[in-house]
Amino acid sequence: MHKTFISQNPSVLWFIALLGLFTLAVTVGSEAFGTGLISTSMVKTLGKTLCLCLIAIAMDVVWGYCGILSLGHFAFFGIGGYAIGMWLMYARTEGIVLSSLSGQAIPSTSQEISDAIGNQIFGVVGSSDFPWLWAFADNLFLQLLMVIVVPGLLALVFGWLAFRSRVTGVYLSILTQAMTLALSLWLFQNDSGLRGNNGLSGLQNIPGFEGSSQADISLAFFLGSALALALGYLLFAWVVSGKMGSVVQGIRDNEARVRFLGYRVEGYKLFIFTLTAVISGIAGALYYPQAGIINPAELAPIASIYLAVWVAIGGRGRLYGAVIGAAFVSLLSSWFTGGGAPAIDLGFYTILWTDWWLVLLGVSFVCVTLFFPKGIGGLFDYLVRKPS
Amino acid sequence: MLRHFLTLFIWLGLAGMAVAQDLQPSLQAHAGEIADPSRSSVSVALDDLVASGAPHLSDFLEQWQDKGVWQRDADGVFFYATENGDDLSLRDIDTAQETTAPKSGFSQLKPNGGVRRLIGTALVQFQLTDPDLARRTSAIESIARRPDASQLAPLLKSIDPETDATLKARKIQLANFMSASFAPDTGDRIAAITSMSSDTSIEARAVLNQLLSVKAVVSPDAPKGNIARVLKPGRDLSEADAYARLVDAKLAPPVISPAAMRDALAANIDGGRVGGIPTAQLDTQTMREKAYAALAAQGTVPPLVSQDAKTDAVAAHSFYEVYEEQDPAVTDAARAALDSIETRVGAAQAVDLTLDALSLASIYFLAAIGLAITFGVMGVINMAHGEFIMMGAYTGYVVQQFVPDYTLSIIVALPLAFAVTFAAGVTMERLVIRHLYHRPLETLLATFGISVALQQLAKNIFGTQARPLTSPGWLDGAWVVSDVIQISYIRIAIFVMALMFLALILFVLKRTRLGLEVRAVTQNPGMAASMGINPDRINMLTFGLGSGIAGIAGVAIGLYAKVTSEMGADYIVQSFMTVVVGGVGNVWGTLAGASLIGFLQKGIEWFNPSNTLAAQTYMVLFIILFIQFRPKGIVAQKGRAAAD
Repeated sequence: MHKTFISQNPSVLWFIALLGLFTLAVTVGSEAFGTGLISTSMVKTLGKTLCLCLIAIAMDVVWGYCGILSLGHFAFFGIGGYAIGMWLMYARTEGIVLSSLSGQAIPSTSQEISDAIGNQIFGVVGSSDFPWLWAFADNLFLQLLMVIVVPGLLALVFGWLAFRSRVTGVYLSILTQAMTLALSLWLFQNDSGLRGNNGLSGLQNIPGFEGSSQADISLAFFLGSALALALGYLLFAWVVSGKMGSVVQGIRDNEARVRFLGYRVEGYKLFIFTLTAVISGIAGALYYPQAGIINPAELAPIASIYLAVWVAIGGRGRLYGAVIGAAFVSLLSSWFTGGGAPAIDLGFYTILWTDWWLVLLGVSFVCVTLFFPKGIGGLFDYLVRKPS
Repeated sequence: MLRHFLTLFIWLGLAGMAVAQDLQPSLQAHAGEIADPSRSSVSVALDDLVASGAPHLSDFLEQWQDKGVWQRDADGVFFYATENGDDLSLRDIDTAQETTAPKSGFSQLKPNGGVRRLIGTALVQFQLTDPDLARRTSAIESIARRPDASQLAPLLKSIDPETDATLKARKIQLANFMSASFAPDTGDRIAAITSMSSDTSIEARAVLNQLLSVKAVVSPDAPKGNIARVLKPGRDLSEADAYARLVDAKLAPPVISPAAMRDALAANIDGGRVGGIPTAQLDTQTMREKAYAALAAQGTVPPLVSQDAKTDAVAAHSFYEVYEEQDPAVTDAARAALDSIETRVGAAQAVDLTLDALSLASIYFLAAIGLAITFGVMGVINMAHGEFIMMGAYTGYVVQQFVPDYTLSIIVALPLAFAVTFAAGVTMERLVIRHLYHRPLETLLATFGISVALQQLAKNIFGTQARPLTSPGWLDGAWVVSDVIQISYIRIAIFVMALMFLALILFVLKRTRLGLEVRAVTQNPGMAASMGINPDRINMLTFGLGSGIAGIAGVAIGLYAKVTSEMGADYIVQSFMTVVVGGVGNVWGTLAGASLIGFLQKGIEWFNPSNTLAAQTYMVLFIILFIQFRPKGIVAQKGRAAAD
């Protein structure tokens, strides 16, 4: 099986090889390795970009291959981030609380410790009790399970409801957008149990590794993200090849015909939707410890639309296209908005890219849709010259 | 009602029988209290003075309050006086005869603040019959602010001579409120209370609530007094609360909290052990209690209250609430009146909520109708629709910079906003959407790109801070139906505007050539084309029309919300949901969708008023579920047009 899908699609090998080279180069250049050619913050940015590439290929599978324009995958990404963030925050606060309580004459009871942790974490929203959501927060294993289970379950229920009643096309897009909106509005509430608009913070400090420098931690996360991206790429390349891949792409091209051929379209769609949601959750769980903070604004519907933009610019229907799109647009975006791009002085007006980058992005996005429907990835077709 | 007023009149008349001729003798009778008043003694003197019915008493009280009364030291006679160098210009209190005398033989009366307030209260009853309407009104308001039993009689007396109808009604209402609380006869009070049961004003409810105010009682005996409610521990209040009340009433020893226990233990560490238990083992509550019990046995700390002791203590006492008012007949009447008022208030609130929901629905309708037209006719989702709304609002803002008259500027802005967004819509259709007709998902993304660019462009031009779009003066304020029902004029205007647009759009679609062609293209573009209709042109015009309406909606929304570059984004998701819930391509569907969402949002907010975020969350969840059962919306298209 392994051989067949790779021989079908040699780009998989190319991608893994390039990713490996890139990872090696960054590792050698990182401060943790000793050369210090690449700053720790740059390693973090690159690690985050790899996570964005991972969710982008998930988006590509669900949209580019299966034809479901989901405007909700960033919500799953955020849920993954919240799930891991809960453990990171709990464990770190526990460490701080234990060390501050240790010097006292009477040892603390477990109730007192838990109260103190609750007070630390939820003091900002005027509460000190642990909500039911945090029931597993003290257990890394269970919380890692949540990274997979919660997005998967949400996608399963939502997808089952939506696909069962044959909501398709733009209706489905709007419905997924509504789901994302509902989730982010709910998270914005102080009594949701996830600290309202404060979000979870201090996630870059990994409990148990207090002695390690941020350089080491960021490199570790970078390597983890690279591994996750490689595995995710392989998984999705396998999923979209073979018979299943053909059915999925058939659904994209003509859902009714596939249904008449006797396939259970809903089952395939639900499988793809749920699988990509789970991968999105994993990507989020890797992303937010590198970002250090997660708040409900991250889950706003606009984030999911941007995800679709990356995939479209990179080129739909090819996995490497999604990777290119996500990496290209997100890095370019941070370059422009971070003040890296030089301002253009027109004499009567100075174009500051922090102000004009979004205009450029919006317009270029329209242009890509109109003139390059295959995106940047489409350029490879000219290079390879292979009928496909 | 009349009968009890009459009773009161007679009662008042008796009190005011003894009419004296001159004021000075009455003053002399209380010379001591007047010359050196204290808050406790002066009220008796004031009551007597008022009861004596002496003439010019109000003049005297006013002068006294303003420190204009002097007393001759020699014989204690009071004069009105003004200082004039070392002399005083004196005026006799009864004869108004003016004299001058050196200041040295007189002393000024200087009542302190508390006394002056009491004087003021006494004065009010004179002001009630003052010939000046403004003074009478202010006297009534001052009584209403601080009602006092003593004011009831003069208030009742002043009702009949009152000439101003509004003030008379107000006096009767106020007299009623005060009789409910202060009338000496229970029958009168109950009559007054009963007459209030149709009065939904906040004041009436406050009076009744005041009558029904309760205090919590804990007692070892059975409940007694005018009992409002007997509280059963475990059902009406938790055992812990009940015990806390016992502690507050000093009927039970206080509970030792875990923190207090910890402190007590820490204070009694003896060689690494507390009560014989090593401190290291004190990390559970059970061990701590054991150690504490040991300490308590030694007598170093107060004993721990066991759970059984708490339960017994709670069981041995009765917990109940009694009315401050002693008379059960009065409280029953007040309860009945309040219940009846609350039913009325509830009904009024429902009306108010309906009005609110209607106005919200009309905003959603205005925001969504343009979207519904383009989506329905062309199957195109326009993500930049919100930015057209924003564009319209900014057009209104720019117009106001040039046309200072707000009424005129709105009249100019509405068609101009339509023109601007119509042009923008047509341009967008020609340049972008035309090329993407068979790829609806890509239209969604391309229009999203336009939306991002337009939003940022607006931010670059107008800045990030909100711009005001001021409404004309005649739209300020609100239409007040009662204390409960009120709605601002601007919302009424938006509602009217939504109705006008509904009529206009229906007219255009059903009665004009363009409408006919639009409907033809909606139903079957190929067939329409073969009949000589140019679908390209129709699409362009439809898109322009939808965008133009968004521009007008922008002006309307800008009037009551702030104009920012992000205002479109605030409405776009709601607009989508309105269209999807209502059903595509049908004006009535959009109307139904907007009403459903508007009423739903207000309804959820009513259930949970403190949390509008939760309301929105639940509403979105409801819509997601709703789509499950009616995937094509409330008003679904039928036949071939329904196919994708």
